[in-house]
Amino acid sequence: MACFLVPAAEAVITTIANKVIKTKEKKKQKEGADNAAESQNKVKFSAKLGWLNKMLWGGSALLAFEHLWHGEISPTFPFLTAVENGETAQMLVEMGTVGVTMAVLVTAVWGAMVGISYLLEKRSRKAQKDVQKDAAV
Amino acid sequence: MTLLTTVFAAVAATVIWYFTAQRAKMQLGTLSLMYWGASLMWFVDAIFEYVELGAEFFTPSATDMLHDFYLGLSVVALGLVIWLVILLIKDPKGVIRKNSKEN
Repeated sequence: MACFLVPAAEAVITTIANKVIKTKEKKKQKEGADNAAESQNKVKFSAKLGWLNKMLWGGSALLAFEHLWHGEISPTFPFLTAVENGETAQMLVEMGTVGVTMAVLVTAVWGAMVGISYLLEKRSRKAQKDVQKDAAV
Repeated sequence: MTLLTTVFAAVAATVIWYFTAQRAKMQLGTLSLMYWGASLMWFVDAIFEYVELGAEFFTPSATDMLHDFYLGLSVVALGLVIWLVILLIKDPKGVIRKNSKEN
């Protein structure tokens, strides 16, 4: 009915958050607070949040197309066929169950991606430190 | 069938991303993440449908399968169009900017 609206709403929030984080990261970089060697092996958090944005926006856009295909979205106000047909309550229940689960699953998968990325960065930093130690000896 | 089609597109996009040297310039990460996002969402949709229909979910009629496959292909095509638009806007090789300056 309109389940894609939940991940789309999350996408709006994460996009705004990403803009704010990007600005803060740039400011930090200008101030030279970031250790250059350390940041070389680190993927910025804004880039990681970008992964979530792309999954949420892309998924919502493709799902919106599917809803258009099935006639669940109309080009005229109120845009949602369920609202037009007086099935608003049913639509809200679907958004609360299917839509929320979609958003949670995508966010959980992103969380796993960030976790794996963190482990890889840690391993890379450790390997670099080992090389530096060997070179010093 | 729509879920399967999108998962195949996501896997293909990820494999291409992995083996392409200019993955960042080509925005291949965006393409694969877009398909993975849609696949995860359709997976949730499929679970809810399975809970509702039970075993019937796995025995769709040929017409339904064909219809869903047609939808899946259309979704993949739309994803490619979105990716192409992003690529042309970002214009990593400066082709469009160069052409517009020349004309």
